[in-house]
Amino acid sequence: MPGKLKVKIVAGRHLPVMDRASDLTDAFVEVKFGNTTFKTDVYLKSLNPQWNSEWFKFEVDDEDLQDEPLQITVLDHDTYSANDAIGKVYIDIDPLLYSEAATVISGWFPIYDTIHGIRGEINVVVKVDLFNDLNRFRQSSCGVKFFCTTSIPKCYRAVIIHGFVEELVVNEDPEYQWIDRIRTPRASNEARQRLISLMSGELQRKIGLKVLEMRGNAVVGYLQCFDLEGESGLVVRAIGTACTLDKLSSPAAFLPACNSPSKEMKEIPFNEDPNPNTHSSGPSTPLKNQTYSFSPSKSYSRQSSSSDTDLSLTPKTAPYLQGPRIYLCPSSPSLSCGSLHLKKSCLLLSESSLPPHPSSPVSPVLRKSVSFSEELFLAASGMGSGSAGKEGGPFKALLRQQTQSALEQRGGSPHRFCRRREFPFFTLTAFPPGFLVHVGGVVSARSVKLLDRIHNPAFVGIMGNTRSYKLLDWNSFNSDEPETRDAWWAEIRQEIKSHAKALGCHAVVGYSESTSICEEVCILSASGTAAVLNPRFLQDGTVEGCLEQRLEENLPAGCGFCHIPYDELNMPFPAHLTYCYNCRKQKVPDVLFTTIDLPIDATVIGKGCLIQARLCRLKKKAQAEANATAISNLLPFMEYEVHTQLMNKLKLKGMNALFGLRIQITVGENMLMGLASATGVYLAALPTPGGIQIAGKTPNDGSYEQHISHMQKKINDTIAKNKELYEINPPEVSEEIIGSPIPEPRQRSRLLRSQSESSDEVTELDLSHGKKDAFVLEIDDTDAMEDVHSLLTDVPPPSGFYSCNTEIMPGINNWTSEIQMFTSVRVIRLSSLNLTNQALNKNFNDLCENLLKSLYFKLRSMIPCCLCHVNFTVSLPEDELIQVTVTAVAITFDKNQALQTTKTHVEKSLQRASTDNEELLQFPLELCSDSLPSHPFPPAKAVTVEKASPMGEGNFRNRSAPPCANSTVGVVKMTPLSFIPGAKITKYLGIINMFFIRETTSLREEGGVSGFLHAFIAEVFAMVRAHVAALGGNAVVSYIMKQCVFMENPNKNQAQCLINVSGDAVVFVRESELEVVSTQQPTANCQPSCTGGEVTT
Amino acid sequence: MTSELDIFVGNTTLIDEDVYRLWLDGYSVSDAVALRVRSGILEQTGATAAVLQSDTMDHYRTFHMLERLLHAPPKLLHQLIFQIPPSRQALLIERWGYYAFDEAFVREVLGKKLSKGTKKDLDDISTKTGITLKSCRRQFDNFKRVFKVVEEMRGSLVDNIQQHFLLSDRLARDYAAIVFFANNRFETGKKKLQYLSFGDFAFCAELMIQNWTLGAVDSQVDDMDVDLDKEFLQDLKELKMLVADKDLLDLHKSLVCTALRGKLGVFSEMEANFKNLSRGLVNVAAKLTHNKDVRDLFVDLVEKFVEPCRSDHWPLNDVRLFLNQYSASVHSLDGFRHQALWDRYMGTLRGCLLRLYHD
Repeated sequence: MPGKLKVKIVAGRHLPVMDRASDLTDAFVEVKFGNTTFKTDVYLKSLNPQWNSEWFKFEVDDEDLQDEPLQITVLDHDTYSANDAIGKVYIDIDPLLYSEAATVISGWFPIYDTIHGIRGEINVVVKVDLFNDLNRFRQSSCGVKFFCTTSIPKCYRAVIIHGFVEELVVNEDPEYQWIDRIRTPRASNEARQRLISLMSGELQRKIGLKVLEMRGNAVVGYLQCFDLEGESGLVVRAIGTACTLDKLSSPAAFLPACNSPSKEMKEIPFNEDPNPNTHSSGPSTPLKNQTYSFSPSKSYSRQSSSSDTDLSLTPKTAPYLQGPRIYLCPSSPSLSCGSLHLKKSCLLLSESSLPPHPSSPVSPVLRKSVSFSEELFLAASGMGSGSAGKEGGPFKALLRQQTQSALEQRGGSPHRFCRRREFPFFTLTAFPPGFLVHVGGVVSARSVKLLDRIHNPAFVGIMGNTRSYKLLDWNSFNSDEPETRDAWWAEIRQEIKSHAKALGCHAVVGYSESTSICEEVCILSASGTAAVLNPRFLQDGTVEGCLEQRLEENLPAGCGFCHIPYDELNMPFPAHLTYCYNCRKQKVPDVLFTTIDLPIDATVIGKGCLIQARLCRLKKKAQAEANATAISNLLPFMEYEVHTQLMNKLKLKGMNALFGLRIQITVGENMLMGLASATGVYLAALPTPGGIQIAGKTPNDGSYEQHISHMQKKINDTIAKNKELYEINPPEVSEEIIGSPIPEPRQRSRLLRSQSESSDEVTELDLSHGKKDAFVLEIDDTDAMEDVHSLLTDVPPPSGFYSCNTEIMPGINNWTSEIQMFTSVRVIRLSSLNLTNQALNKNFNDLCENLLKSLYFKLRSMIPCCLCHVNFTVSLPEDELIQVTVTAVAITFDKNQALQTTKTHVEKSLQRASTDNEELLQFPLELCSDSLPSHPFPPAKAVTVEKASPMGEGNFRNRSAPPCANSTVGVVKMTPLSFIPGAKITKYLGIINMFFIRETTSLREEGGVSGFLHAFIAEVFAMVRAHVAALGGNAVVSYIMKQCVFMENPNKNQAQCLINVSGDAVVFVRESELEVVSTQQPTANCQPSCTGGEVTT
Repeated sequence: MTSELDIFVGNTTLIDEDVYRLWLDGYSVSDAVALRVRSGILEQTGATAAVLQSDTMDHYRTFHMLERLLHAPPKLLHQLIFQIPPSRQALLIERWGYYAFDEAFVREVLGKKLSKGTKKDLDDISTKTGITLKSCRRQFDNFKRVFKVVEEMRGSLVDNIQQHFLLSDRLARDYAAIVFFANNRFETGKKKLQYLSFGDFAFCAELMIQNWTLGAVDSQVDDMDVDLDKEFLQDLKELKMLVADKDLLDLHKSLVCTALRGKLGVFSEMEANFKNLSRGLVNVAAKLTHNKDVRDLFVDLVEKFVEPCRSDHWPLNDVRLFLNQYSASVHSLDGFRHQALWDRYMGTLRGCLLRLYHD
């Protein structure tokens, strides 16, 4: 599907003075796409040039359209010497490639220079004409929609949630190429920006292909990250959840849906034959998942390619497979791809059963991973760390066993296997009602790796011996490098999967991956929440009808997800179970940790609050393997302590569940930092948490006793105060039914570590500080003392403030439309003398607490207000520097209605849930009855044009105002949330994914490091807003600053910063305005339904 | 543990009104923090001094970045870097006062050349007025910037200022006066002029801009509102005959005296001083051909008219009656042909004198 890209350069304004003599500028513009460049005329002597150029036309194929950014360079013409560059604008034209999104990009863009920052603005109009092309071997994936939002986007409905997609691409980092020594910093920065832009385009296209192969049309929860590995290169990787989305055409009613599906179908360019069977295979009964299960496999397996994510469906754990229904997959198509997957499985096996090379003294592959769920630490660790060699055998045997069992669990059938999704992961954190059946707990895995140079044959070193090199080579298709990184991640994902399985869960939700790099050491982390999902939304309908029935019937309101998914008699770890406090039928754990958002139907008592665990550990400086060993040795202890802190703080708050848990471990030269953030709540379904008891080691000492009891009192007081503060007043429970609400004294938390070092014993590490009472803190040394103190030093936010790191705050539901998104960065320098762990902890703790206090102070005018989606990121840019970056949104709420009971809230959401369900069931019927006969539009191109008109006009109407002299710039809201309070998102315009570098050689003149970074972040915001406005949008949702890498060299008066941000550009309409619109809608809706509600933007 | 870097950037730029004022008033960060502590904000919010320090620093940094844009307020409207709601933008520029100025300060520099030389004197002005040097500099630079921009422009001075600096009508008029005074270098600093307020001068400036500049006759000329109408000033020499011609002077006096007899409390003083006053007013007009004398306009007016009347304790109302009659009676002087000229001169002067006549 080649296309024609058309660009028009209209005008510039506020240009910098480039000619000192005249105080003016002779500006012209170069427009470059791929290898083609056009130029405008020189507009002499003006700081506000009016070029009004012709349309520059680029004829390109869609692969380039997806990969390449449009590059606009503004220059100052100089007759005698080289023209001076004023700055550049990179425009990602991807949003123009899918129908439904933006149809034109038009507006003022800041002209950006990596050395000088923003220097004026330029007005540009960009359009794309796509030609329909049915080449099925094409490499592009135009038409697949991308969303950063980690829930089903607001104006869409999920027809099918296919599952996990991932991809990564690598390249050399231009900053580290030899040419960098002879080129200017500007050229180097621009090369880097351009390369990353290209790589993200390529990555997105590749992911899009995978989605098309899965017959999906969208990626939700798309998270793309850069690993700046330095010498060894640049990795761009992304994960997401493939879905088939269906646009809700009218915000008010669902009636028009009968028209839209057929249209939707054609918007998936791949669908040369809009096949209604994809969604409904004929059975006239719209019953449940049956309708989804049949035919997809046909088209689907045919297209499976070399991609390494298995294009298949929900894996089920064995118990579920025993039902009457066997898989419905027709065998022939699956065979076609069977070999590939067999190969992969072989790889898995051979990799894990690889005998260690006897002669290699040290195996540099270091891998230590720890995962935990609730109070469980389940750790399968160490593929030969440090001492390596001899102990490899048993461990590998274990791994093999795991792998095999995994295969067996997949049903033991090769057909089955190849139809299975390799990783049943979902990057979503919020789900359609009824999707989430049970939640098991948090699963996480980490692994320490040594980085090595790209394309260097010596990367054999990564695997430690030549045999592994061959193995990898045999496996890799194109370049060696991505396979290595792929293998790293595959390993981790495998582990996550097995942890989930251990919890009796077949899926992982709220899944995310991250890295922390310091020099040549890299920690890869992945975490998620083990869960049991309702298969109705998944393409593969293998779960038996009867099972589902059971689930349906027994799914009590607001507590179902808390019920344990694992077998009570065969628990994977010791836990204390009680009957659910809500329905009293099923068992629940006493504490629940998850990485997802609070389900909307969850019954919560009181409000929630942000809970953080902070931790530092000193580490000796070391090189390569020794360093990696040191880190992997520290990791389990850090996980353990972070977990303990979280647990203590949760109890101190009188709460029993954590949502949105995110644990970040950052590696630096001489220390490791751990920061866990989560939102604590009191779930009505779970038992009341017991208190915290303090016990001294030396009970004879009188004053000590006194001190202890004093401490105990303080803790009890704090708990009581917190309960009041967060309005936690659980109803009294009659003891006969539940049994003692206070958990019986028993062993609570334990760490199960299978250690491969030294001996092969499996040690059990007790997490509960002794087998004492409910939750006992034993004070036996100063360390423990510090711990208790630090517990008590966390100050609650000032009155009128709440904070959470989830999307919304439980217990508050009357948001006003006043929102303020912000980013705050702090860097502290530690005094290098005799740092101890305690001092370090205190410094770090103070840093975070002070930062929060500052935020509360700054935002005091918004009271009553809640800081939502508080996202802390820690990095260690240098030896003694700690950098903390926070992005969050403050939302004001209406105090008067704040006391609205949660009950009505829940009822409402339940109602919504039930209606949604009904719609869901009806949908396939509507689809098949309508899509076949009616073909109102010829394929793709016509659709685009048709779609273009209403929105296009709207855009121009919107924008006709700003360029004219006196009006101000339209406000663009930014928020890390997926919604805008008090408003309805009517249209998603495409993903915003931007990467900027800023450098200065005059740091002092720009106001020092603070001035430099402050200006840069403000500029980044400005560029994001400008791009959104140019797309015709008025907000960015699910905004995230994924990276903020800051480096300084004050001695040289230099600094450099890299920032990567992303989000979804949207159009929203205030709810008050929307009501007017929807009453007018019926008349407008006679025409193509999808335009309804958008014209009004 | 020291903070190396500490920033807060909002999607909507946060602007704290109090801190903005402190910044405009030229306080250093530490002074501003001290003042804020004194205001009791720590008790109200439960914040710590460190938090306040960080907050103040942050605001100052923002203001510093904003300042470049405030220099050309229309840029502030179009710029993309800081998202500030339009209502707030107006506050920044005017009501909270980037372009607001201190009366005490403006009195010091009014009519002075807005040059480097004057800028050097800001130190003294700062000590004298108690306004921080920073604030003095800002105000001075504002005057100078506005002056530079509108100096050569066609069209109404007030309109130009309003358009290019987005000021309210009131403030734009004040700036017009400042520009007008600076351009014509009217002397305002003499001791005998100390009793006059900026408002007095601004009032006179407005009248003079309306009647005595080029723009008053031809709206298509450059510098129309800033420069006095040279031709008009030249012509004013013609008025001299009103005092030079003894018959005319006597006739004028008798006309005024007849009309005012019994109506003025200070009739006899008026009668006695008529010729002096008239000579004073007409000579002021005749001298306006020289730049030097233009500069001394207000000194002359005070010396030649305000002071004599004040020493005889004329009530304001008597001054008004006298000036009205004095201007009007000229129309009855048959031998005098420059009625229009007289009206253009005296109409404005009468307004000015009435405004200048107070203690």
